[in-house]
Amino acid sequence: MLKIDGITRRFGDVTALDDVSLEIGQGEFFALLGPSGCGKTTLLRIIAGFETPDGGTVTLDGEDLLGRQPNRRPISLMFQSYALFPHMTVAKNVAYGLEREKLPRQEIKKRVGEVLETVGLSAHGDRKPAQLSGGQRQRVALARSIVKRPRLLLLDEPLSALDKKVRADMQLELKRLQNEVGITFVVVTHDQEEAMSLADRIAVFEHGHVRQVDEPVALYERPRTPFVADFVGANNLFEGTTGAGALLTEDFGPLPGTPLDGLEEGAKALLGVRPEKIRLVEAGTVAGGLKGAVLDVSFYGGVSHISVDVPGHVRPVLVAVQGASGVQPGAEVDLSWEAPDAVIIPGAR
Amino acid sequence: MKPQADARPASPARERRLGAFVFLAPGLVYLVVLMLVPLALVLSNVFFQRGRFGGIVYEFTTENFTRLIDPLYLGVVADSLKIATLTTLIALLLGYPTAYLIAQLPSKWRTIALVAIVLPFWTNFIIRVYAWIILLNGQGLVNSGLKALGFDPLELLYNDGAVVTGLLYSYLPLMVLPLYAAIDKLDPQLREASANLGASPFTTFRKVTLPLTVPGVMTGSLFVFVPTFGNFVIPEMLGGGKSIMVGNLIRTEFLKARDWPFGSALATALVAVLVLLLVAQAWAARRA
Repeated sequence: MLKIDGITRRFGDVTALDDVSLEIGQGEFFALLGPSGCGKTTLLRIIAGFETPDGGTVTLDGEDLLGRQPNRRPISLMFQSYALFPHMTVAKNVAYGLEREKLPRQEIKKRVGEVLETVGLSAHGDRKPAQLSGGQRQRVALARSIVKRPRLLLLDEPLSALDKKVRADMQLELKRLQNEVGITFVVVTHDQEEAMSLADRIAVFEHGHVRQVDEPVALYERPRTPFVADFVGANNLFEGTTGAGALLTEDFGPLPGTPLDGLEEGAKALLGVRPEKIRLVEAGTVAGGLKGAVLDVSFYGGVSHISVDVPGHVRPVLVAVQGASGVQPGAEVDLSWEAPDAVIIPGAR
Repeated sequence: MKPQADARPASPARERRLGAFVFLAPGLVYLVVLMLVPLALVLSNVFFQRGRFGGIVYEFTTENFTRLIDPLYLGVVADSLKIATLTTLIALLLGYPTAYLIAQLPSKWRTIALVAIVLPFWTNFIIRVYAWIILLNGQGLVNSGLKALGFDPLELLYNDGAVVTGLLYSYLPLMVLPLYAAIDKLDPQLREASANLGASPFTTFRKVTLPLTVPGVMTGSLFVFVPTFGNFVIPEMLGGGKSIMVGNLIRTEFLKARDWPFGSALATALVAVLVLLLVAQAWAARRA
């Protein structure tokens, strides 16, 4: 439904977006993920009409968007700062968009009441934004964005201003709401966990380029570029060249892994293996694998992270195990994994 | 308070109060000696009679107040109100767009524009008003220009129009600066949110920008109205003695008629009106 084609935007010498093309489907929950300064917010502002691209087109259901003023686009944007009108009550804030459509007063009142109920703020209609908590303000902003029944809802870092507990609640609520109202959501975030838990599909941005567009699981298990492998989730990366069902390294010999389709043997490559896929055993129990010494053990409740110093590897190897771990810092350990659990991708860092 | 707490030489709260006093003292002394004392003198003069050759005869009277409601003087007050209100309104109409545009400029140009706004203050006030006489008089720049183009010269000087022009010129910066501060403080995302919700630029201005900058509008209006209402230099120089404002009247009573008690009554009335305005403004600002 939303088609972004060849969008380029330059600020002076800096290219914020370089020939970005994306296609987002009806009813999809789509995430633009990347570190700050990668261009994702610029793209959002172009779609909303607050920024004009230097080249490319954006169409919604086949209609050109770029030629329209921001107030004439059937798109709602939820701002990172929420941008609630401080001089209006919650109900007035929510009614603002409907009043601009010159709807009858009764209809406005009814729809404002309904949407406030959806976000659980029926009792707060007469309050001013300053009298609300962060989570409540976020819900007012959301209500204000969806009450117009836009075809597309853009959310700019919707959860970043909330503390961790409220964040988890709101994450669930956003998903429930998206199911309920059936609007296409495009969310911008720098938080890969947020993107993965919310979105149906994710586009990963780096320096104004889209590096990969995929479903969360595919993105996590089959990253296609070194940047994605490193940025999305914790990962252990090893350099070498592609072999048959293994990465050939100078320091550790062959490491088991599955090359991506189309990766030629002998090409420079990276192997990525997730912390939870690594088996950690006392030294000498099994043959092969990597040998190292435990540096540190951190207990997170459900999981423990163990960092292991492997001689010849710059970064400590991160291993995740269920529950508490009996391993002590300083212990000699062997690390191993199965070939299907590691991915070999092109390129060296 | 417990006695032992009182006996302690320096509790943190006491120290803080003492520190605050040290910093406030110079300003307080200045205000009390140079403002409150003269004001009290003026106020006390109101209840006495004038001497035959000026000065004050200390016999109680309320005559100075009853003279205030003489239509002659009320007319002057009404004229002053009219001129001050008109000046303030025009200053607002000119100042708001100016302040708005400055707030949208890139930061380097913003600084230049703000310096340009306050630049006239670097020249003497009287000289700047004289410049207007040169511009507006019969052989002035405007009229010579008109003559060169074949038009008849206009009566530009020594009327209310000239007074308003001069007042406007002198006090417009005091309108622009608070408005600029108010507009600059506004989160630009509020305007974007308004547009995103379907509001045209004009609606956004009417529903979001203007209501949120009302405190700036009130401050600027007060800054222009107060010095305009009591002004006597500009009406004297550009009004040619034909336009008399309260300020001129007070000056005349003190310096020419040498009727200090009645001059004091007029001054008191002026201060009372302005204090009322300040209170109203503070009240409205709290509600906004």
